[in-house]
This record gives sequence, structure tokens and C-alpha cells, in this order.
Amino acid sequence: MLIDLLLALGRVAFVMLFVLNVAALLGWVERKQSAIMQDRIGANRASIFGFRVLGLFHPLADTLKMLTKEDFRPARADRLLFELAPAVSVFFALVAFASIPFGDTLQVAGRVVPLQAVTLNVGVLYVFAMLSLGVYGVMMAGWSSANNYALMGGQRAAALMISAEIAIGASIMGVVMIHGSLNLMDIVRGQGHLLWGWLPAWGIITQPLAFILFVTAGIAATKRIPFDMPEGESEIIGYFVEYSGMKFGMFLMTDMVETIVLAGLSTSLFLGGWPIPYLFAEGFQFPWGAGIALAPLLVTVLQVGAFVGKVAVVIFVLMLIRWTLPRFRYDQAMRLGWLGLFPLAIANIVVTGLVLAAWGSR
Amino acid sequence: MSPMNLRQRFYLVEVLTGLGLTAAHFFRNIGRHTARAFGRKGASGAVTIQYPEERRPYSPRLRSLHRLVRREDGSPRCVACMMCETVCPARCIYIVADEHPNPEIEKMPSRFDIDLGKCVFCGFCVEACPEDAIRMDTGILEFSSYSRLGMIYTKEMLLALEPVGPDGVPRSPVPIPADRVV
Repeated sequence: MLIDLLLALGRVAFVMLFVLNVAALLGWVERKQSAIMQDRIGANRASIFGFRVLGLFHPLADTLKMLTKEDFRPARADRLLFELAPAVSVFFALVAFASIPFGDTLQVAGRVVPLQAVTLNVGVLYVFAMLSLGVYGVMMAGWSSANNYALMGGQRAAALMISAEIAIGASIMGVVMIHGSLNLMDIVRGQGHLLWGWLPAWGIITQPLAFILFVTAGIAATKRIPFDMPEGESEIIGYFVEYSGMKFGMFLMTDMVETIVLAGLSTSLFLGGWPIPYLFAEGFQFPWGAGIALAPLLVTVLQVGAFVGKVAVVIFVLMLIRWTLPRFRYDQAMRLGWLGLFPLAIANIVVTGLVLAAWGSR
Repeated sequence: MSPMNLRQRFYLVEVLTGLGLTAAHFFRNIGRHTARAFGRKGASGAVTIQYPEERRPYSPRLRSLHRLVRREDGSPRCVACMMCETVCPARCIYIVADEHPNPEIEKMPSRFDIDLGKCVFCGFCVEACPEDAIRMDTGILEFSSYSRLGMIYTKEMLLALEPVGPDGVPRSPVPIPADRVV
């Protein structure tokens, strides 16, 4: 009993610490990556005892700064909702990662432990439910600030999220149809199979259109550039104008965490999740006959490493997009969501259905 | 601007082109940074300058912090003719004239204050000076103070300054007013 509890806690702790630490690190990654892309050096001044370590202390310095800043609340703000909004935002972003599997099962003390914080049959739906609930935090922030600009920002965010969420939901249906399951572990295992004996059946190969639609709509759902018109940090005023100190920091953290969730979800749905092609429980088994035997624990470590590596690559691409593209106008984003992504996603579902029907009848 | 053609309106191709460009910059620069970190000589991965440590040489025509030119005996070359005080459009120069110990030189300033909070750096004082006693060639641009009083630079401070070096680095330290907390 106790050991079960400890194992469950360990899984949750691993996911939580992974997400929180990567989120803190993403501030640094974002600064440095954008700087190197733009032929700059980036933040490198924060130092502890003269050590700068490529500016790695900047997230720490930022956190300290935000914790010690004045915690301002407008006089006419709705107190409860104003205090609650950042917590709601960051909470739903954090728990969304729970059903994303980061590895195969592990044998501990005679028990089979799936490497996933929560095993859910409807994992995909759960992640989307949590990401959609996150918009409540944004709307609460916009409404409770007693500021018209914040209210309009919140409304823009809500409109954007609705048009993005529908496209996300429709775009992953193809993947769900192929694997016949809403359980993320099943979907990831399904992608571990090989097509024609050599090609890994990753979602990006079986559903290339869905991948593009999913990433586009996913970026819109995280409200980051090029879809940042709810916030528009440099020009337009967004839903968290009235927030300061760590509450503002929590909104920033929500952005980062949502990026990680999007990366984890893209990895699980389209990039094969934790399985490494040609790596089975006993070791590598290449299609041309060669093989390398590996210990089971090493295989698990490699698979978790593969998941983390894939997430890192997706985050790199998301950051690349964020620092390359200019912002969509409000009407352009709406048109892209409703007239571009959504019909294409529906068409993808129809084509996938037809192909699956033809495949099955053969 | 010409209307976008079909390929541009499709957007995806153009997005991928743009991502390719930025990614190429990223990998080129990270390669250069890595090469330099391992001690290889080569092009820098960044075009920026780490400002307080690295400086670009300023133009010799740059008007920076004023200095009073000294005679060989260390006394100011200024003869307190009040030309600069008169021509100054910001009225930031305050001179009190006094007798010079050398009878061949008529006058010298006993006070020569410049209120840098008011100065507009027009350089008229330098042009008006008949004795070439005031110059704006110290190369010092970073002077600031927590109070208005701290922006007033006295004769002694201005006399202590040296012209900028040939490498563009100021040769004398920034005179720190007494009230400034460092």
C-alpha cells in the first residue's frame, strides 16, 4: 500500500519537476535562442560570485525580482477573481502534462509501473479539457481587472482559443482513428510499430497534414507569437495589464508550461513518443538483421531520454517559429482558424476514414 | 507593394523559407560560438559589442564631456573673458574672474562651473573660446548623478580631465561628484 503510494507520488513528482524546471529554463532558452538567431549574445550579466555560466542565473534573478516586486491590485478589481485568475491559469497548464506518457513500464518491487503520472483511458481528451479550462484564467484576469483594455484582451484571447481548440480537436481525430484509442499510452505504443518492416509509424508520417494543423492551432492555443494578439507585449494591451509581481510571473510561467505541454503532446501524437525505432525490450533489432542486446533498465532510460530529446526538439522548433514570424492580425487569425485549419482538419478526418475503410476491407 | 501571389498567400512555403533562414543563422552562429569557446580563431557568432568592456572608437568630432585645458604650470588656460558664458544658449556656464599670479596673464577663473544638467552639448563654448581653453574631447559620455547639484562640474574637476586616447577609450576616469553613491 505504502509502496504504491510512493510510486504514484514518484511519477507525479517526476512529471511536476520536469515541467516546472523546464519551464524555468525556457525563459533562458528563449532569450539565448532568439539572441543567437539574431546574431546577438543575449542576457549574460547575472552572476553569482562572478560566475556567469552563459547567463543561466537570469531565470533565478527574474524570479527573485518578481517575488520582491509590489503586488498591486486595482481599487475596483474583483478581489477573489483577480487573485484566482493566475492560479487557475498556471494550475490547468501544469496538470495538463499528467497523462502524457514519458516512458514504457518499469518493474519496481514486483509491480509494473507505467511511466506516466496518471493512466487515463481518455488521456487525449483530458489534456484538451485542461488546456481549454486554462482560458478561464485568462478571461477571469481580463474581467476582474476592472480595466477595459484588459477586458478586451481577455475577449480576444477567448475568441482565439475557441477557434484554435476546435481545429486542434479536429486535427488529432485522424491520429485517434488510426490507433483506435484515446489513451495516449496506446497511441504512443501504436506508433512504435514499423510500417513494411522498416518505417516507424509515427504520426508525422501517417498524418502529415494533421501534424501541421495541430502545431499551428497549438501555437494559437498557447497565445504565443505569431498568435499573441490577446497579449501583444510590445504594442497592444493584453489581459494581464493590471498584474504585477509574481502574479504576472505566473502568467508568463503559464505560457512556458503550455509550450511544454504542446511539445509533449506533439511528441506523443506525431513524433512517436518515447519509443525509439528498432529498439525493443531486449535491445536494438535493425531491419537488416543486426542487433545489439541491452539491459531492460538501460532500454527504459534510453526511451525516457528519447522522449525528453524529442520534446526539446519540438520546443526548439516552437521557439524558432515564435522568433521568426510576425504577428497575425485579429481577423487574419480568425480566418486562419475557421476557414483554414478547421475545414482542412475535417477533410483530413474524411480522407483518413476512407483510407482506413479501404485498408480494413482489403 | 504588389499583391501576393498564390504561393505567398498559401503561407506555408513562405513560413518554411523564413524558418530556414533563421535556423541557418542559429546553427551558423552556434557553430561559431562553439569554435571560439574551444579557442579557435574565427568569425564571431554575434555582431554586437559588449559595451562597457568593449568600445568602438568614437568619432574625433564627437562632443563629449568638457575639459579645461591646462597651461604648463597647471593653471587653466582660460582667461575668464566670459565669451563662452555669453554664447552659451543653455546658460549653463558660470565664471568668476580673478587675477592671475603671472602679471603677463591678465585674468583667470576662480570659479568655472558647468551645469551638465542644463548643457545641450552644442559646442558653441569651444568655438567661441579665443584661447582654446575649453574642449569637448574627453570621450566621456557616462556621467550621471542622483541629484541636480551633482550635475554641476567645477573647475577642479574639469581641469583634471585628459583627452580621449587614440583607441577611443577615455583616459581619465569619470569625475564623480561628492554626492553620488557608487
